[in-house]
Amino acid sequence: MLTINNLHVKLEEEDKVILKGVNLTVETGKVHAIMGPNGSGKSTLSYVLSGREGYQVTAGEAILDGQSLLEMEPEERAAAGLFLAFQYPVEIPGVGNMTFLRTAVNAQRKARGQDEMSSAEFLKVVREKAKALKIDAEMLKRPVNVGFSGGEKKRNEILQMAMLEPKMCILDETDSGLDVDAMKLVADGVNALRSEGRSFLVITHYQRLLDHIAPDVVHIMADGRIVKTGGPELALEVEQNGYADILAEVL
Amino acid sequence: MAQAKAKGGAERLAAVALPASGAWLAAARGAALARAQEMGLPTRRDEYWRYTDPTTLTAATAPAAALFAAGDEPAAFAAIDRVTLVFTDGVFDAAASDDPAAAGVELTRLALAGQADIHWARELYGVLEARGQNPVPRPLAALNGALATDGVVIRVTGKAAKPVSLVYRHAATTSDAVLHHIIRLEPGADLTLLESGPGAARFSTVTEVDVADGASFHHIRTQGRDHERRTLTHIFARIGAQARFKSFTLTANGVLTRNEVVMELLGDDSVAHVAGAAMGDGGFHHDDTVFITHAAERCESRQVFKKVLKGGAVGVFQGKILVKQGAQKTDGYQISQSLLLDDDSQFLAKPELEIYADDVKCSHGSTSGAIDETALFYLRSRGVPERLAQALLVQAFLAQAIEEIEDEAIAEDIRGRLEGWLARRMG
Repeated sequence: MLTINNLHVKLEEEDKVILKGVNLTVETGKVHAIMGPNGSGKSTLSYVLSGREGYQVTAGEAILDGQSLLEMEPEERAAAGLFLAFQYPVEIPGVGNMTFLRTAVNAQRKARGQDEMSSAEFLKVVREKAKALKIDAEMLKRPVNVGFSGGEKKRNEILQMAMLEPKMCILDETDSGLDVDAMKLVADGVNALRSEGRSFLVITHYQRLLDHIAPDVVHIMADGRIVKTGGPELALEVEQNGYADILAEVL
Repeated sequence: MAQAKAKGGAERLAAVALPASGAWLAAARGAALARAQEMGLPTRRDEYWRYTDPTTLTAATAPAAALFAAGDEPAAFAAIDRVTLVFTDGVFDAAASDDPAAAGVELTRLALAGQADIHWARELYGVLEARGQNPVPRPLAALNGALATDGVVIRVTGKAAKPVSLVYRHAATTSDAVLHHIIRLEPGADLTLLESGPGAARFSTVTEVDVADGASFHHIRTQGRDHERRTLTHIFARIGAQARFKSFTLTANGVLTRNEVVMELLGDDSVAHVAGAAMGDGGFHHDDTVFITHAAERCESRQVFKKVLKGGAVGVFQGKILVKQGAQKTDGYQISQSLLLDDDSQFLAKPELEIYADDVKCSHGSTSGAIDETALFYLRSRGVPERLAQALLVQAFLAQAIEEIEDEAIAEDIRGRLEGWLARRMG
């Protein structure tokens, strides 16, 4: 379970407050969606939770299954079970995708006091999971995300998620830059990972991704706060009327 | 101006005593010394020494360099089936060396070849060096030709049975070693030359390589990790038609290293690649100076130099591609990059292209930058600890240079050395 209490965040370099008291609880096994207009703070929330530099937490806390995330290094948060699927996955020339996946899987296992996965076992698992996401051997061999299309990059994010088996997955605008077919493939990958022990926080500007990944709870974020929470119908309301009506109602 | 320069090193050069040797070699040494005297010893005022101070290289005696224990790191190329020749502080160590006959090539030592009249050696010694003095003077290469006490003399007519591995050991803190190698690859011949080790407190090598039509020369070198050693190397290569020349150098540590490569592509359809990966932390000055002349059609040359610098280390790259008139369809590529791990380190680069043919493809690039923070965060967000993530990114940065090594077992040896260095420096 992820609990965020009264989270206030400003940019480190300038005096700009982005999050102004976010309160949010994602119960284990549930899929929550955060929707909101551009600039509402959705992506900042995902970066702050994953430990990216450049932000200063001025108040509040984020607790994942009893562990306080905000004091931890990014790698410690990952080992604690947090995973962020990036809006813009990073290209890393010179580092093979396989090497990257294996280093990550084994680093997390080591951090949790588990044995490293053998080469043979790793290969077997990665091939199986890659196949389900239509990721071929060639893509696994290439440097991380280098020369990947938008859809390939997002599928690669989901493959990492599948390999790392996190407890809490944050999907930051995973639908951006995807056509309908690519989105469906990514959504299928996410849905295959839904389980009782795993939670999701799906950040999106549009409702369309939520047609494929059905949320249990939908939050609307505006001006650095969660301003409205409801069921899946809230997403449809946004789709039909835009954000203006909801914002006029709550602000 | 030339007068003033000559005056600078004149005393030192006048005092030079040539090693005793047979007639042809004595004549070659005398000619080399005369060239050095005419050029004078370099100073920092010379264009080609602007970024690297030659003072400790031109001094009459070698500055002391502490000996270095490599710990549990395996010796370079230990897993490669090769014929090893050991030089300790520049002196051949027969007891530690293999029987040269096992390499399946004609192989002797310069100290012995000087006594005999080996015509092809006579036609090579100092000859490629002398050709390489124009347009840029390299007086220290000429001085090497005058002073070299030993080296290997190799002639290959077919495919060598095994790589020839020159192992340079450093045993005395003030040793000053000068070796000169001459290598002739006859048409269609194939040789892999391995070099490893610091060699001496101050170590100079000149290698003259004549690669005839259709021949292949592979060269992989790792320059010892002694922190205080000083190394000056020159490779002069003459490359025929449809020939291949590939050279890779790994440098970790060393207070001063200058590696010069001068090559001429004289026959059509040849390929010449020169690559280097260098890592230094603290007192480390590393200079790659390359001059490639395209004088034939459809040749490909490639320079890939990568340096990882930390703690005030300095990297230098001076690389030139000269495409002569008529060298059509030349494909010249040059990249020099440095990864600066802190604000104290610096990288100085001078890439040059000079082209007199109108149908060529030449490109060059030079960059200098820190570790990509976005990539670092991406790796960490997947659970990779910061140090390990940094090491992965450094390896990735150097990968392009190491990919120039064709033999996978040798490349693996080099990668192992690199990983060891990173684990010690960044672990």
